[in-house]
Amino acid sequence: MQLEYSIEGGDFSHAGFASSQVKRVLKQLNVDPKLIKRVVVCLYEAEVNVVAHAYSGIIHVLINTNEIVMKLADKGPGIPDISLAMQKGYSTASDKVREMGFGAGMGLPNIQHNADDFKISSNVGEGTNLEITIKL
Amino acid sequence: MDKRELHHALKILPEVCIGCSNCMRVCPTHALRISNGKAILYPNRCIDCGECYRVCPVNAIIVEQDDFNIIFEYKRRVALIPAVLLGQFTEDVTTDDIHTALIQLGFTDVFEVENSADFVGEYINKYLADPDKPKPVISSFCPAIVRLIQVKYPALVDNIMLLKPPLDLSAMYYKKMLMEQGVGEQDIGIFYVTPCAAKIAAVKSPVGEDKSEISGVINMDFIYNKVLKVYKNRDKEYEALNRETACNPKNLMWSLTNGEANFVKAKCLAIDSLDNAMEFLDKVENQEIGDVDFLEIRACDESCAGGVLTTGNRFLTVQRLKSFFNDEKVNYDDDKANISICDKYRDYLVGRISVEPIAPRGIDKLDDDMTKAMKKMERINRIMCYLPGIDCGSCGAPTCQTLAEDIVHGRAAISHCIFLQKTMEQIPMLNPSHSFRIMEKIWGKERFQKDCSKAKTYRIRR
Repeated sequence: MQLEYSIEGGDFSHAGFASSQVKRVLKQLNVDPKLIKRVVVCLYEAEVNVVAHAYSGIIHVLINTNEIVMKLADKGPGIPDISLAMQKGYSTASDKVREMGFGAGMGLPNIQHNADDFKISSNVGEGTNLEITIKL
Repeated sequence: MDKRELHHALKILPEVCIGCSNCMRVCPTHALRISNGKAILYPNRCIDCGECYRVCPVNAIIVEQDDFNIIFEYKRRVALIPAVLLGQFTEDVTTDDIHTALIQLGFTDVFEVENSADFVGEYINKYLADPDKPKPVISSFCPAIVRLIQVKYPALVDNIMLLKPPLDLSAMYYKKMLMEQGVGEQDIGIFYVTPCAAKIAAVKSPVGEDKSEISGVINMDFIYNKVLKVYKNRDKEYEALNRETACNPKNLMWSLTNGEANFVKAKCLAIDSLDNAMEFLDKVENQEIGDVDFLEIRACDESCAGGVLTTGNRFLTVQRLKSFFNDEKVNYDDDKANISICDKYRDYLVGRISVEPIAPRGIDKLDDDMTKAMKKMERINRIMCYLPGIDCGSCGAPTCQTLAEDIVHGRAAISHCIFLQKTMEQIPMLNPSHSFRIMEKIWGKERFQKDCSKAKTYRIRR
């Protein structure tokens, strides 16, 4: 089963839409609430990242009985130093984003912490790709 | 999973129900359908919130209570009354008058539920100080909210506070006190006067505890009428018993919005009404809410003052209870000056204050088996392509989505949708007289006959 959502950069009022929808589907599929929690945390953080940093993005969520794979591809500035971005508390978020309560530099580390498998790649000036896997 | 049968205080009287579907449209958990012209309830989805009871135009939904006369089976008959009962009457009816009327009705003792509120408040703060408790801790006070979380937000059951509410503590306190005075346990009957259906369900099938200390439950609207009658018929020699309530005003506010939050010395929010509760719980479940330690959530607007069995206007009830505060000059925020009456039996009560972990009862799952659930979901999505998406309710289900789910679960047919009937008649796959019979089967034959009483029956209750 595959679900697809698009995200618009800067649209904080709709950040969390995809994670809410995925949560609803997983509840219907009788997935363990603890796993749903981890999926929702990962997807929400990843959604907020796209909203806060990129111009637009596409989310693909693949669900099967073994795992849930979330792929996020965005068009945006990209990340010049991924290892730096993965450090807790490191953030390049603008003041405007921070004023809204985001940009604490916990997003990517939090995704990595909650995911069973986490891949990130980025091209500066083009965009960033995430692949987050949670095993069932 | 909890295997015990769920008790629901709400009952539909089929002989009274006119199948108007008002209840089906307001049910927050989609627990109601219309079939054969009557409302039917899916018990596993019902959370006893009573929203259906509020909107029924013909009183076909009732809140089952115990027979009042069972109180006389006990030598000591304790009326355990919530403060909102005191707020039901006009200013001229004093607290003493209400206590006096209850004694005249046959009770031997009257005790406010909120007497143990400060004690519970103290233990909530201790509970919140435990770093192992998942935050935000959600109050266990409102049984409709506990049940809502069990069925709609199973991921949050671990956040529900595992402490008993003042109702149980006060019942235990009073029983213990009487027993120490030499009254036999079998002679003590404790009767709770309830402002809502959910509290009845909580007493009859408690969540997280084996049995309740409460011997019976009596509806507040019933007691209201009885008390008022006694008061109105008082004779010239009438003198109210001088029964000053020992309960301090801060305690008495407990069941109002913020009443519980006012005792909590941590970051907390108070939320009332089901719509607000569901909006917020959705965010909590999405992990969007950080930095909150405690959530006081109640299903009714204005909390228990808005309970479905209250008679008085909820805003006036709140006003009345708040006026108790102004009458007093004592500073009730000073903890040292106020030692809870429960302090007398502290060890006894603390040993009984906890409840067992609460089991989830998720209703959203389509099947226990994930592969089957995925197949069902694909089928639902296919069916949704054809349904009109206007949630008209003509099929006897509250939304197109619920109809699609009912079809997949074998409880309804695609031809129940009036839009698809029209489409099928065009092809033609369905004969118009057959589609007419389908609608009669859902709504009953009478629904298709001229009936001029509707203008009267279809008044808006609220």
